[in-house]
Amino acid sequence: MAADTTTRPAPPEQIKAVPVRHPGRWIAAVVIGVLALMFVHMLVTNPVFQWKFMVDNMFSAPVLRGARTTLIMTVLAMLLGVLLGIIVAIMRLSPNPIVSGAAWAYVWFFRAIPRIVLLFFCANLGALYGTYDLGFPFDQQIMGWLGLSGDLRFLGLNGNQIFKGFTAGLLGLVLSEGAYMAEIVRAGIQSVDPGQTEAASALGMSRAKTMRRIVLPQAMRVIIPPTGNETIAMLKDTSLLIAVPVTSELNFQLRAIGSRTFQIIPMAVASILWYLALSSLLMAGQYFLEKRFSRGFGARETRNQRAEREARMVGGTH
Amino acid sequence: MDTEAQASPHAMVKAEGVRKSFGSLEVLKGIDLEVAPREVMCVIGPSGSGKSTFLRCVNHLEKINSGRLSVDGHLVGYREKGGKLHELKDSEVASQRQDIGMVFQRFNLFPHMTALENVMEAPSQVKGLRKEACREQGAALLERVGLGNRVHSYPNQLSGGQQQRVAIARALAMEPKLMLFDEPTSALDPELVGEVLDVMRSLAESGMTMMVVTHEMGFAREVGDTLVFMDDGAVVEAGDPKRVLTDPQHERTRSFLSKVL
Repeated sequence: MAADTTTRPAPPEQIKAVPVRHPGRWIAAVVIGVLALMFVHMLVTNPVFQWKFMVDNMFSAPVLRGARTTLIMTVLAMLLGVLLGIIVAIMRLSPNPIVSGAAWAYVWFFRAIPRIVLLFFCANLGALYGTYDLGFPFDQQIMGWLGLSGDLRFLGLNGNQIFKGFTAGLLGLVLSEGAYMAEIVRAGIQSVDPGQTEAASALGMSRAKTMRRIVLPQAMRVIIPPTGNETIAMLKDTSLLIAVPVTSELNFQLRAIGSRTFQIIPMAVASILWYLALSSLLMAGQYFLEKRFSRGFGARETRNQRAEREARMVGGTH
Repeated sequence: MDTEAQASPHAMVKAEGVRKSFGSLEVLKGIDLEVAPREVMCVIGPSGSGKSTFLRCVNHLEKINSGRLSVDGHLVGYREKGGKLHELKDSEVASQRQDIGMVFQRFNLFPHMTALENVMEAPSQVKGLRKEACREQGAALLERVGLGNRVHSYPNQLSGGQQQRVAIARALAMEPKLMLFDEPTSALDPELVGEVLDVMRSLAESGMTMMVVTHEMGFAREVGDTLVFMDDGAVVEAGDPKRVLTDPQHERTRSFLSKVL
């Protein structure tokens, strides 16, 4: 046994060095700990928070209806906004200079206008014209030149009835979102290798089919992450609907309770908690969507190929 | 088949005085050549000589500035009516391209589709054939290029040589009359070149009309019916590959061949 230990080389001795000290970490921990304690102390001791009142009121029926309106508005505005964005992005990339110029002007205009200003304007379109008619452009002038009377209109809509509440709010948000989505979609389309379009046209595919079958599916990988961010921003921006106003929306309902009962702070905190919860929900959804989408994206390596590649990177296996 | 300067009214590809400029840079300075049906023409030359550009003109991926270029008796990209040329609509250009298959240096497979889906895409989406028919034909074509066992692989899971063979199958799925190869083996690792050339050789043997821009002199010698040497946007020398490679008539051909052989 003794011979055994002498023939075998001794195992290398573990290094026992004095580790580097990090006093900064301790100082930071103490400072942040004290600040956190002060914060919690304030939440617990300050009577203005009225925690019980807040909990009792933040799940009342009108607030829950408000949350539903907010979610519906977010989903509708994003769906229509994405659709509009795709159309504007494709127009922007058109070889026709008039079409691409119009798309550029659209994006320029609606990205420059604050959403709250746009929403206020949309809410008051009823003041611009009392009725909105669908018909032949410049019909009255043309009929006048031809010496005829009357007009060429098929459908009249009451401006004050359409442009209020939910519809006006949706219109404003969609117009604005379309401009942002157009830029995101354009970046996605331009990220696709031009060789893909060339290969598709060499096979005799039309421009539209190439876009739909070849380019857009590949652009999605680039488009999806910023669209998730846009959705979260949209959820928060539904609180701007107060400019219309959309009275059934979440923040409006919480504020209404606050003003009616003079409990401003509790309902403001309730608002913060609601948006925090809904946004977190969307963020979690975004995380899974991105993970799923990058996995589902066609070009991927198999587990074996990955193992092989990693083995090669470690080096010297062959 | 000896096709040296065989002036035939039934030429598959006919180019007369084809010129092409990118801005002020003239890359094609008057190309005249003819490819007969079932002929395999290889085009060689230094980079920047305009050989790839010419190939892309045949498929109307590039518009020519002057001269005439026709495939199977039809002008490429134009229609002649009342002594005037009219540009073809996008849809008409697309239908012209259906008869011309093209294989690219960088494969350009659709990465979000499997090998089989890549091959099925054009017959089902462009010709509107039934999915099952396309699937059968696609599987048979992949079998033909030796990839019968990889139909459900995505391009990223295939080697370069396999990807290029899928690309050839994809082009063949449209049953073209003419196949264009733009440096099909230049992006491949040396050990993968052979498998692609084998597929191209058997395609040539089956009677396909082919234009091949390549640096593979062995392939040009064995498979090609005609060899064209291009330099500086012009055809310097054309003829039987064995003669051009062993007994070049022009100084520029000689100096190019001395560098690559």
